[in-house]
Amino acid sequence: MMRLDIGPILSTLGRHKLTATLIVLQIALTCAILCNATFLIGDRLRWMQSASGIDDDRIVRLMVSDIGPRTDTHARIEADLAALRAVPGVEAATVTNSLPFGPSSWSTPVRLTRDQSMPSVEAGAYYGEAVGETLGLRLVAGRFIRSDEYVWVDDHAAKQVRGSPVVVVTQALAQRLFPGQPAVGRTIVIGDEEFRIVGVVERLARAGDQNRAGVYETLLLPWRMVTAYGGGFAVRARPGEAGKVLQSAAAALKAVDPRRVIVEKRLYTEVRDRYFAADRATTVLLVGVCVALLVVTALGIVGLASFWVAQRRRQIGIRRALGASRTDVLRYFQTENFLLASMGIVLGMVLAYAINLLLMREYALPRLPLGYLPVGALVLWLLGQAAVLAPARRAASVPPVVATRG
Amino acid sequence: MFGYYLELALRSLRRSRALTALMILAIALGIGASMTTLTVLHVLSGDPLPGRSGSIFMPRLDPRGLRGFDLSADLPAQVTWTDGVNLLNARRAHRQALMTGGALPIQPDDPSIDPFFVSARYTSADFFGMFDTPFRYGQAWSATEDEQRAHIAVIGSELNDRLFHGENSIGRTIHANGADLRIVGVLKPWRPVPHFYDLNTTNYGAAEQVFVPLTTSRAMRLTRNGGVECWGMGSGDEDHMESASCVWLQLWVELDDAAAVASYRRFLEGYAREQVASGRYDRPARAELTNVMHLLDEQGVVPGDVRLQVWLSLGFFVVCLVNTVGLMLAKFMRRAGEVSVRRALGASRRSVFTQLLTEAGIVGLAGGFGGLAVALLGLAIVRMQPNPAAELAHLDLTMLAATFLVSLFAALAAGLVPAWRACRIPPALQLKSQ
Repeated sequence: MMRLDIGPILSTLGRHKLTATLIVLQIALTCAILCNATFLIGDRLRWMQSASGIDDDRIVRLMVSDIGPRTDTHARIEADLAALRAVPGVEAATVTNSLPFGPSSWSTPVRLTRDQSMPSVEAGAYYGEAVGETLGLRLVAGRFIRSDEYVWVDDHAAKQVRGSPVVVVTQALAQRLFPGQPAVGRTIVIGDEEFRIVGVVERLARAGDQNRAGVYETLLLPWRMVTAYGGGFAVRARPGEAGKVLQSAAAALKAVDPRRVIVEKRLYTEVRDRYFAADRATTVLLVGVCVALLVVTALGIVGLASFWVAQRRRQIGIRRALGASRTDVLRYFQTENFLLASMGIVLGMVLAYAINLLLMREYALPRLPLGYLPVGALVLWLLGQAAVLAPARRAASVPPVVATRG
Repeated sequence: MFGYYLELALRSLRRSRALTALMILAIALGIGASMTTLTVLHVLSGDPLPGRSGSIFMPRLDPRGLRGFDLSADLPAQVTWTDGVNLLNARRAHRQALMTGGALPIQPDDPSIDPFFVSARYTSADFFGMFDTPFRYGQAWSATEDEQRAHIAVIGSELNDRLFHGENSIGRTIHANGADLRIVGVLKPWRPVPHFYDLNTTNYGAAEQVFVPLTTSRAMRLTRNGGVECWGMGSGDEDHMESASCVWLQLWVELDDAAAVASYRRFLEGYAREQVASGRYDRPARAELTNVMHLLDEQGVVPGDVRLQVWLSLGFFVVCLVNTVGLMLAKFMRRAGEVSVRRALGASRRSVFTQLLTEAGIVGLAGGFGGLAVALLGLAIVRMQPNPAAELAHLDLTMLAATFLVSLFAALAAGLVPAWRACRIPPALQLKSQ
């Protein structure tokens, strides 16, 4: 039969107010930090798993830099691309200004009409011929930019040519600019030029700053990228051959001009890993602190419970002598811990909520979902019970004969 | 008397090893975690020019087009070529430097060594005097050489080690991007943290390894790097950056006292009004002088995660402290009998109190050592991170001393209430109940 001796427990705790308060406080703080830290960990893990929109494990990135002033840049880039395409295992190659979750970010203000003064959105911009096809974007409407629609970006910047005014946008950008309407065929204004949207891709993340809200608001422009503007080669390998292609592609580029410098040579998965390195570090720290918190709190409970058991040896002996069973004594300490943990958890929930409010203000984090609170409570109840078990067992093993000594 | 307390404390701590170890562990973990994150914050939010940063200012103007005009937005942290050169040539400050970043391929004399890239800074002459860069050999160039577009360079110590094995290389040449630059100065290792004078090229990265006059870099068409913000018909076309409506240069001035600052501000405001009057600026005249620390603050250089980590570790420390108070209370109250006997034998309350606090102090010192070990381990882990700021995370003397002081005070504070409780145990009562 289950007997909860709440009355006597409360009156005992009343006599040890300070110690009881300290335990409750510790459990409350642990609970509050734990709830928020778990929430942050979940948030980071979700962010770190964000889809880039491209075929992550089939793309490799190479950057070269040639020495000395060079002429004929366009012909040289074409020669480099031809050399890359000849490498076994390469499906496609192009020069692009950036990669999703890459280091260098390019963005451009987008307006709906020429006389609109504030831009509607600052969109991530991708330059380079057939970037969409090479990276493996999924088209959901319209078409990609055609080969004859591209012009060289340096010619365009020097105002020597005007390219075809076409652009491909992501679903996210289309939604932002034309909510609920088909975007293909609409025009947008970039710089002072009007561009017609010819295609919509499912998803393409931007590079650079960690602005999570607009991460998928990107577009593809009809400009062939040049290496002199900071462009790098993006190469698409056959499935499973990215590692091999990376080595042979670098060798192929070096063979075109042995004196050039390969500035960067990475699998796309590495590019991505570097972008999320800081998030990973913070996540590891959060997990570490959570574990350390639980360990410290558990050991604290063990320490205090052991002290209480030692202090009350005589009373326990008397109870045993008066007919209380071992289970009764065990249950007494378990119930006591449950009560203390419950008080701590209630206080902890309030604290957790307060900390979350602070985080929301300082770090623009979303509200703590209520689901985290019962999980935090359960963890602490279990922790408390686990921690109190050994001291409670020791209490239960106090023989009734102790009552007669002293 | 203190020696006796020490002996008593040690004996008592030895008696309950597990409890003592637990208290030391809790303090060590809390302190270690807090010191790790605080050290990172301390390094990242440091002053890049200690003692000088207050007199180094960035003049800021608003030459942008009317589109997107928002009076509450910050002014650009860079200037156009025209404004930069105008303000540079006005020479209204004690020192002034106009600069931008770049990357240069260096071709070693030995053809078997591949060329390599180093980051470069193209700047006018006052850079070195204004930022007080330490020279190992030679010296900075002068304004005359800026005007002559001289093919000269100051190089960093790392590049000097790599190319010339650390020898005096003044007068020798480096082959950069197919051109020869004569070395006029070699710096000692120099790394302002953060890289305040151009946050676009890097936040916390190392300083550049080659410095070339800005005028020379433009004449030689050296590769430029960094942030470019354009408006209207402006574009990032590299050959026409001088006339483009883009901001892409950093301008810094040194103003030694409040009067100089006030007078420069008046000059800058006057300049902005002139530009509006002449029709060069479309927006209303705005001008600001921002000093180094304000700029770092405004640009949010310290990553938000670093502060988050500090708060997290401090929260953890508080839990550890509460834990220690509880354990200390348990420990002291368990010795109620001993305290009673000592009191009955004539020990004063004060001496019991002092003795118990001595015990707490020992726990604190031991926790300090443990915390130091945890912090060193934590910082070693931080340094393994791949970002450029990570390698800067070292415990300095201040933080080292702080670790011990905080640990000692934390343990004493944790022992205060328990010791107070224990020393109020009446002498006779406990004896009776035994």
